[in-house]
Amino acid sequence: MTTRIFGSGIRRREDPRLMTGQATYTDDISLAGMVHAAILRSPHAHAKINNIDSSAARSAPGVLAVYTSADTEGVLNPIPCAWQPPDSDVKAVNHNALAVDVVRYVGDAVAVVVAESRYQAEDALELINVDYGVLPSVVNPQAAMASGAPQLHEDAPNNQAFHWVVAGGDADAAFAAAAGDSQNQVVVSDTIIQQRLIPNAMEPRSAVASWQSAMGELTLWSTSQNPHICRFLCSLVTGIGEHKIRVIAVDVGGGFGSKVAMYADEMLATFCSMQLGRPVKWTATRSEGYLSTIHGRDHVEQVEMAATKDGKITGLRTTVYAGMGAYLSTAGPGIPTILHGLMYSGPYEIPNVKGDIFGVFTNTTPVDAYRGAGRPEATFLLERMIELLAAELDIDPVEIRRRNLIQPFEDGHDVSTGLTYDSGNYQGTLDLALQQVDYPALRQEQTELRSQGQYMGIGVSTYCEICGLGPSQVAGAVGFGGGLWESAIVRFYATGKVNVFVGTSPHGQGEETTFAQIVSDELGVPVEDIEIIHGDTDITPMGWGTYGSRTTVVGGGAVALSARKIRDKGKALAAHLLEAAEEDIEYEDGKFFVRGSPDQNKTIQDIALMANVAWNMPEGMEPGLEATTFYDPPNFSYPFGAHVAVVSVDVDNGHIVLQRYVAADDCGPQINPVIVEGQVQGGVVQGAGQALWEGVVYDDNGQLLTGSMLDYALPKAHLLPNIEVLSTVTPSPHNPLGVKGIGETGSIASTVTIYNAVIDALKPLGITHLEMPLSPQRVWQAIQQAKGA
Amino acid sequence: MAKIPIQVTVNGQSHQAEVEPRMLLVHFLREELGLTGTKIGCDTSQCGACVVSMNGSTVKSCTCLAVQADGAEIGTIEGLANGSELHPMQEAFWDNHGLQCGYCTAGMIMTAVEMLERNPHPSADEVRAGLEGNLCRCTGYQNIVKSILAAAEKMGGAHHHDH
Repeated sequence: MTTRIFGSGIRRREDPRLMTGQATYTDDISLAGMVHAAILRSPHAHAKINNIDSSAARSAPGVLAVYTSADTEGVLNPIPCAWQPPDSDVKAVNHNALAVDVVRYVGDAVAVVVAESRYQAEDALELINVDYGVLPSVVNPQAAMASGAPQLHEDAPNNQAFHWVVAGGDADAAFAAAAGDSQNQVVVSDTIIQQRLIPNAMEPRSAVASWQSAMGELTLWSTSQNPHICRFLCSLVTGIGEHKIRVIAVDVGGGFGSKVAMYADEMLATFCSMQLGRPVKWTATRSEGYLSTIHGRDHVEQVEMAATKDGKITGLRTTVYAGMGAYLSTAGPGIPTILHGLMYSGPYEIPNVKGDIFGVFTNTTPVDAYRGAGRPEATFLLERMIELLAAELDIDPVEIRRRNLIQPFEDGHDVSTGLTYDSGNYQGTLDLALQQVDYPALRQEQTELRSQGQYMGIGVSTYCEICGLGPSQVAGAVGFGGGLWESAIVRFYATGKVNVFVGTSPHGQGEETTFAQIVSDELGVPVEDIEIIHGDTDITPMGWGTYGSRTTVVGGGAVALSARKIRDKGKALAAHLLEAAEEDIEYEDGKFFVRGSPDQNKTIQDIALMANVAWNMPEGMEPGLEATTFYDPPNFSYPFGAHVAVVSVDVDNGHIVLQRYVAADDCGPQINPVIVEGQVQGGVVQGAGQALWEGVVYDDNGQLLTGSMLDYALPKAHLLPNIEVLSTVTPSPHNPLGVKGIGETGSIASTVTIYNAVIDALKPLGITHLEMPLSPQRVWQAIQQAKGA
Repeated sequence: MAKIPIQVTVNGQSHQAEVEPRMLLVHFLREELGLTGTKIGCDTSQCGACVVSMNGSTVKSCTCLAVQADGAEIGTIEGLANGSELHPMQEAFWDNHGLQCGYCTAGMIMTAVEMLERNPHPSADEVRAGLEGNLCRCTGYQNIVKSILAAAEKMGGAHHHDH
């Protein structure tokens, strides 16, 4: 028996092109006759456009055209919002590709220039003279809902974009009971600010649009995580038939959710190409991306938790003001609702929950999915409440968690929010993480350090998340404007080589390797003989893309099922060729053989040849060796884990050092553990970024002060320890491979784990709350205040 | 805008061109020479995706004018492998999962190669410090550090005498 390729940490098959400069990213594409677009953006957060004078720009060297909303209005339809949760009164206000009459955030597109070179296009932008009448603006989502706040859209009174409620059990009754029984129950509460973040995929967004007027066909190269959705939405915006649009996402340099949305800019490049009959490229600069690519998080949350005095949680209640930015982005409203509120039970038994979630328009860049998308925020507030409860009751925070964790289950567990988790063993990962750090010894060390005046903190979190999005029926029920199934075609050629065409579109996650491992494992073909094709809507079957940790779970399920269909057909053909009954044929390691006579066999390569030439097929069997699967999973998947962080805080200057980080996660069986580790390491560091360094700052006039990489602090190598990655394996009963998804667990758990560690370090000073990011200045100020008090 | 003639040797091949004085070296490499392996990740010299070698030292080619490269020897990611034989640094990145989306990788590898030329046996901390000017959003840096340490081990300092 050979070693299984499923579970083996083989080197990634996509790496050679990526390491040698031979990969093709969108901005690397150059077409004959291609010209360049640059976009003029509003410098004001809120203003009326009185007049646009683009005459000087039109006659500038190399300029082919300048377009404003006078040209695009009525030609391009508004950019749609594709996730509108039901019963929440979503105000799907018009988001025009070029602003009509009013700009609503710094970065709102006002005009587009096309020129022979990008330098000429940028030069011409400076010659466009826009007369603005500045209007009052608002950037904080809670402030935006207050009476008297500047209004962004006529159709959205109080700037309310939607109001969605999650409720399970009877939270109000639970809190009333707690208030009436202070002998035996407690309530803890806090106001939590989930600061706005910039996703910062290393590759800026880019598009190349090529319109062929004779055929009425568009080819759009786009930095997309979901080219099929891009095609769908592009057809809605441009009116071009979906069958006449080809979207190609070549190599994409990271996304983290920011390349899910349909953007105005890509549609403007398309518009320009259609007007001029030439291919048009638009590529964001980094600073332009900071204004025009979606941001993440941006919640103001009032949270309270009720519990008995022996630490058993009885209820959770929240009011959340979720900033949506100036317009609703493609999936924006789904993030703080479905992907957030439904996770209010986390890995715990919380019988009564209620969340009032308000989506709010503000004069800021639109907000949408950013790695974890709603679930980091849910995990954060639960894990903060648990810590506050532990402090209030003077019980160790690990012990509080143990008293509330759901007991291990293998096939389905209902929680109060209405979800059915697939499988879990939450104590298992908690035990593993605590063992790794020797928790009792670590607490002992902390006691000793405290006695020496040193501030070391230990942060713990346990989490469970919803991913593997998801059953399409549920997608429809929760207002997602599409399906959430996936597709795969496995195609064998006569030579025994294999192409696999998939509807998902990985962009760094390594599925060109792991999908090949699945096929190799199912069919015994060496991975070298398998090539995974994705990202081109003319070649690949329909799929909904790569986000929500769904590619391996849903897309991988489709791949496995197609491979199994191939195996079934191979068995029937082998029986025919070996002149045996099909029920006497066995399969092992790429060979079909007659039971008891392993020498009488056909390899999968023999079968591929004979199926493709079709000289001798059984009665009624079609030629070829190819299988297609459209796989719609019966449930989401629910990875989980426990993380521990150790920090030290220098109380003289507020400086925090992340000394140690342990992640114990369970994503079910791992196809490639090296890739799993990489996903966890990267995710943990992104979450650390939110805790320690990252945060968008707007001034009161809506100017983005963190407008470049110079001002927005990203995690750097020298600020980080090695992340210790551990795992347990609890298969999901709800998909063919039992896998759960690992792309987002790191960023879901690590922000609050590190935050908890810092608060724990400062416990002797009585500090229970800090705003993120935990900059030295903020920490130092809190320390001074605490000492003063 | 008046153009200025320059001569630049890139990966051993000499190029004559006339460029606008404001043209960035990275745009010259990508758009004039078609060497798109060098990436642009920011506009403020933070990210390091555009790192190339210039006369043996790394520079951020987004912060260098093409005219400043007149007469220089430039090395880019495309010139690192010897035909189909990967440079040991590329091999080490492959072996150690030192990349995910690949967008920062050219700059990381060019930086790492020069790092080992200056310090053939760095500690992990020295490697991390040496990556101060390179950002990666996917890996959390851990496997990049591991890759560079592995390359240092494999190259054993011998590359020092290759030049």
